[in-house]
Amino acid sequence: MAAIAPDRDPHEQKLRALRRLIASQKRWDLVFACIGVACLMVGVLTLVALFVDMAIDGVPRLNADFFSSFPSRRAANAGILSAMVGSTLVMLVTAVVAVPLGAGAGVYLEEYAPRNWMTDVIEINVTNLAGVPSIVYGLLALGLFVYQFGLGQSILTAGLTLALLILPIVIVATREAIRAIPIGIREGSYAMGATKWQTTAYHILPYSTSGILTGVIIGLARAIGETAPIITIGALTFIAFLPPAPIKAEAPFVSFEWLTSPFTVMPIQMFNWTSRPEEAFQANAAAAGLVLVVMTLAMNALAIYIRYRLRKNLKW
Amino acid sequence: MLFLAAFVSVATTLGIVFILAWESVVFFREVPLWTFLTDTMWTPLFSEPRYGILPLLSGTLTTSAVALLVAIPMGTIIAIYLSEFAPFTVREVAKPILELLGGVPTIIYGYFALLFVTPLLQRIWPELPGFNMLSAGLVMGIMIIPYVSSVAEDAMRAVPMALREGSYAMGGTRFRTATRVVMPAAMSGIAAAYILGISRAVGETMVVAVAAGMQPNFTFDPTEPAATITAYIVQVALGDLPHGSIGYQTIFAAGLTLFLMTLFFNVLGHLLKRRYREAY
Repeated sequence: MAAIAPDRDPHEQKLRALRRLIASQKRWDLVFACIGVACLMVGVLTLVALFVDMAIDGVPRLNADFFSSFPSRRAANAGILSAMVGSTLVMLVTAVVAVPLGAGAGVYLEEYAPRNWMTDVIEINVTNLAGVPSIVYGLLALGLFVYQFGLGQSILTAGLTLALLILPIVIVATREAIRAIPIGIREGSYAMGATKWQTTAYHILPYSTSGILTGVIIGLARAIGETAPIITIGALTFIAFLPPAPIKAEAPFVSFEWLTSPFTVMPIQMFNWTSRPEEAFQANAAAAGLVLVVMTLAMNALAIYIRYRLRKNLKW
Repeated sequence: MLFLAAFVSVATTLGIVFILAWESVVFFREVPLWTFLTDTMWTPLFSEPRYGILPLLSGTLTTSAVALLVAIPMGTIIAIYLSEFAPFTVREVAKPILELLGGVPTIIYGYFALLFVTPLLQRIWPELPGFNMLSAGLVMGIMIIPYVSSVAEDAMRAVPMALREGSYAMGGTRFRTATRVVMPAAMSGIAAAYILGISRAVGETMVVAVAAGMQPNFTFDPTEPAATITAYIVQVALGDLPHGSIGYQTIFAAGLTLFLMTLFFNVLGHLLKRRYREAY
């Protein structure tokens, strides 16, 4: 029997058609994987471009004077001392307010809250608050803290505003950390005769500390870069002095006068410089932005690192 | 005590609603609601003030639309890629990078849009004005990608493995499984991701305030400068209008509009998100 040429054989032809079909389907896999990587690269490249662009403009301005000078009408003399001090103090107030409130709310919702409509309302509320634009918090602070409570455009007002802003982040992080604790820990504690509060204080809180910490750091990283709510409460942009020192020579040694002091923060200072037409000021903006971005990225990286360690070390 | 801590969140919402409504009442006593919604001029700071929210709305919608045209396709592709295609190590590296992209302060993105993206676009398109909604929208879109991709990815990962196994057993390739099986199954979660992205774009402030200009402009052309609701609030807050004047109260009316818009999108998004949790 004479062999027929392979391309005449109907069986062979069908096989080839099938292989072509499979190959063309698989080609889509490859094409899509390439598109996916390309999209990821766009994100990464944007991050790189942002960083490099600011570094080119800003690095020449980054010297010791820039960190130790007040803002000035002359771009070359201007610095970020008051903005750095302001940011630090505002973050302090924010953390002091947001940590107990956020952790408390998280513990309540996970451990204490009864299953009723009130709890549902609180839960829906927390998720919704996370989606409220930050500028709306600014309007709230303007109406409530500045005008109703008369706190003025102070560090206290800004700290409280940002604390409310990051509260949902801290609450959600606390709840997730607590939820990861197995029920056996609680049962063990109760079996030893501990009360609910003792269980919470000696077991639940210590075991969820690093989770809460991650949430707080991410929240603060967000708060330190927030500009809109601080502008809305009417923070001044030209502050050439420092708030009163918190520690005094005479009794009672601690002073809370700085809470009511006017202030400026890093993002406001940067906004102010960005919106000026002179290029010299824009170089200042780039330098301030560089400092700000390094601060937030460092905080975010710390949070990611803590979470990574947590996932590695914690095996229930 | 702990209940009080939890209640602070409810009090915040009540405070927002109360303050916005209370301060807007002063405004709406002076300006009828109908005028506010239909007038096409927004010039509260001029000697002959006109109070129509439409120009601010058009600015908000245009910048958001540009942002979403970037964020939705790219966010979806990244979500599919990370959930269905990427090897483990790529995902471990890519997710923190995306998180960092979402963690950069918005004022930095504003600076980037104004002083990097706009000059870049002007090289291709010389007649583009220095302030324009296009570059603000583009940068905002990149900024929103992590929000969209992380929620969409969570939704896709919640799709049971058995569905994928079924598809592969029928000879489906990865691409087919992703687009014909996983995506339809996760659709409500993906839709939630889009809606949360919209809400984020509508409420974004600093990028548009810096890069899109602060002049209210009733246009849907992204190459023109225009103010958004948020940019207008910033503009008034930077000025020195006295509290109680009608010009000042406009920011609360604008804020109320913004709050209601984002609230609508957020509630819709969460309803959709809840659906995919219950599906399986």
